[in-house]
Amino acid sequence: MDSGKKPKILVTGFGGALAMRTINKLKKKYQLVGVGFKESSHYDDTVINYRIDFSKRGFETVFREHQFEGVIHLGRILLYDETPLRRYNVNVLGSQKIFDLCIKYNVQKIIVLSTFYVYGAHPYNPSLIDEMFPLKASNNSSFLADAVELENLSMIYMLKYPQLNMTVLRPCNILGPGVQNSVSLLLNRRYVPCLFGFSPIMQFIHVDDVAEAISLAYIKNKPGVYNVSLEDWLPYQKAVKMAGGTLLPIPALPPALARQFVTMLNMKEFPTYLLNYYKYPVVIDGRLFNKTFNFKPKTSLKEIFSYYNQQKSLNFL
Amino acid sequence: MSGLPKRIEKSLSPTRFIRTSDSLFRQSYSNVSDYFKSHLSQMIVPNEISNLVDRMPKVIGSLGYDPWGYNPNTAKVGLSILKYFYDYYFKVKTNGLEYFPKQGKALVIANHSGQLPLDGILIGVALATNENGPRAPRAMIERFAPQLPFIYSMLTGFGAVVGDPINCVKMLENDEAVIVFPEGVRGSGKPYKKRYQLQYMGTGFVRIAIKTQSPIIPVGVVGCEETMPSLGSIQFLAKMLSVPYVPITVPIPLPAKVYLNFGKPMIMTGNLDDEDEMKEKVEEVKLAINDLIKEGLTQRGKKVF
Repeated sequence: MDSGKKPKILVTGFGGALAMRTINKLKKKYQLVGVGFKESSHYDDTVINYRIDFSKRGFETVFREHQFEGVIHLGRILLYDETPLRRYNVNVLGSQKIFDLCIKYNVQKIIVLSTFYVYGAHPYNPSLIDEMFPLKASNNSSFLADAVELENLSMIYMLKYPQLNMTVLRPCNILGPGVQNSVSLLLNRRYVPCLFGFSPIMQFIHVDDVAEAISLAYIKNKPGVYNVSLEDWLPYQKAVKMAGGTLLPIPALPPALARQFVTMLNMKEFPTYLLNYYKYPVVIDGRLFNKTFNFKPKTSLKEIFSYYNQQKSLNFL
Repeated sequence: MSGLPKRIEKSLSPTRFIRTSDSLFRQSYSNVSDYFKSHLSQMIVPNEISNLVDRMPKVIGSLGYDPWGYNPNTAKVGLSILKYFYDYYFKVKTNGLEYFPKQGKALVIANHSGQLPLDGILIGVALATNENGPRAPRAMIERFAPQLPFIYSMLTGFGAVVGDPINCVKMLENDEAVIVFPEGVRGSGKPYKKRYQLQYMGTGFVRIAIKTQSPIIPVGVVGCEETMPSLGSIQFLAKMLSVPYVPITVPIPLPAKVYLNFGKPMIMTGNLDDEDEMKEKVEEVKLAINDLIKEGLTQRGKKVF
C-alpha cells in the first residue's frame, strides 16, 4: 500500500523501547508519526518523527500537518523521574492538550498507556484487582498523583467525548530490552534492594507482549479500561534471583527507618514513595483484556528474566 | 602489558578478577542458600505429605505460585510441621471428610474459638491431608497480617489470604476451598464461660455462596475452646497495642483433644436483596454448625485432654 494512503497514527514517546516495538508492529498497515522528548535513531525513513515537547504550543502543527486516524499515547515521564510538578505538567496537562487536539482534529481512536501503580500498594489490597477497583495510589504518596490524575482525566474525556473511542491500558511491570522503568532498572543491577522480610507477589510482562496488546487494542477498537498482565506470578525476591541479582536487604520496620535507608542509598529507581510496592502485593486481573482482544502473551517469565541474567553475565566478559 | 592483544590484556586486568570473584561470590551465596533450603525441605517433608500436596487440584503459574502467593513447596514444609501438632499434640479426630468436594469451589464455615486461630490451622491440615481427596486450604487471615515481615510471606506460601470479600469471591471463582469464620474476633476472643455458644454471624458469607454458587460446608470445632480458656480481655492493653483483644489465659495452647465434624454440603439459593431471607439462611448454617458441635461434644465425652 502506498504510504500516503495508509491511515496515520501519532505515537507519543517514540524514543522509548515500547513505542519502537509498537511502531514496528503497526507500520505495515499504518503510516506512523512519532513525537517524543528524546531523539531516536531506531527508525527508517518510513516513520516520520518529531523531537518535540507535547505540552508546548508548537505541538499543534503536528496535528495540522497530518490527519491522524488515531493516537497512541505512550509518552510519559516515568514515576521515579524528574520532579512531581514537572511530571504533572507533562503527564497530566500535556495529555489534556493531546486529548483536546484529538477532539479539534477529529481523531477517531486513542490508546492511553497507564500503569498498575494507580491501584496503590496497600496491606488491605485483595489479589486479582480488576478494572473497577478504586485508584488508591495517591494514598501512598502525593508523588504518584500524576498517574492517578491522568486516569481521571482520561475517564472524563472517555465519558464526555465517546467519539474519541478511548482505550486505557494498565499493564503490570513491563520488562525487556531497553525498558527504562524503575523495576527494569532495579533488575539490571547486581545488588538489588529489598525490604527485609517482605517479598510481595508481583507480575511482569515482556515489552513485546505489551506492544502486541497496544496494537490489538488499536486495531480491534473496543474502548474501555483494561488491565494487561501475564497470568503468572512470583515473589519479588525470587524475581531478583532469577534476574541474576543479589538481594540487598533493607530494614523494613519501622517504616521511617526504611525510608532513611532508602534515602541514604540514593537510588533514582528506588525512591521512598515507591517503597510500598516492594512491601505489599498489587496483583491485577488481566482476564478481561485477554478475553476481549483474544490476547495471549508469548514471553514466559523465565524468558523475561533470562535476558537480565544474560546482561549481567555479559558484563563479566 | 602494552604488547599484548587487547582481548588478552582485558582478560588479565585486575578489575576483571574483582568482577569475577564478585560474580562467583554471588553465585555461590545463592547456590548455598538454595541447597540448604532444598536439603532442609527434603529432611522435613515426608513422602506422604509431598504426594498429598502434589495430588491437590490446584492451578499455579509456571514458577509454582498462584496470585495469592501459594507455593506447593512452602505448603509441603508448613504442612509437615503442622501435621505433627495435629496428630500428636491436639490428637485431632475428624468426621464427615468424605462429604467434602474433591475438587471445585467450597466455602467452609466453622465456629471460631480459642483466642489464636488454631481452629483454622487444624481445619486446613484436615483438608490438606484428606485421603479421599486432598485440597489446598485457603484460610482467610486478619487484614493487618501483610504488615508482618516474614510471617505474611510464609502464611501466603501455605495458602492463607487476607480476609477480604473480593479475595473470597475471586478464590471461589478459581475453584478453591476457602475457610471462613463469620463470627470473626467475636468468636475467637470470647471468654471461656461463653464456650460453644455461636456468636453473631453477618450475612456476607451466604451472599458470596449464592453469588458464586458455592456449596457451604459447615464444620463444628470442639476442643479449641479448651486450648486457651480465657477469663476475659485486658481492654486497655488491647487498645494500646491496636489489637482486638488481649486475653487473660495460659501462655501457650494446652494440648486439648480436638474434634472436627464436617457436615454435608449446603447449596444455597435466594434473593440477595432480601435481607430477611439472607438472615434465615445464616440461621440454617448456624443450626447445622450447632448440631455438629453437639455431635463433637458427645464424641469427646468428659475427657478434655
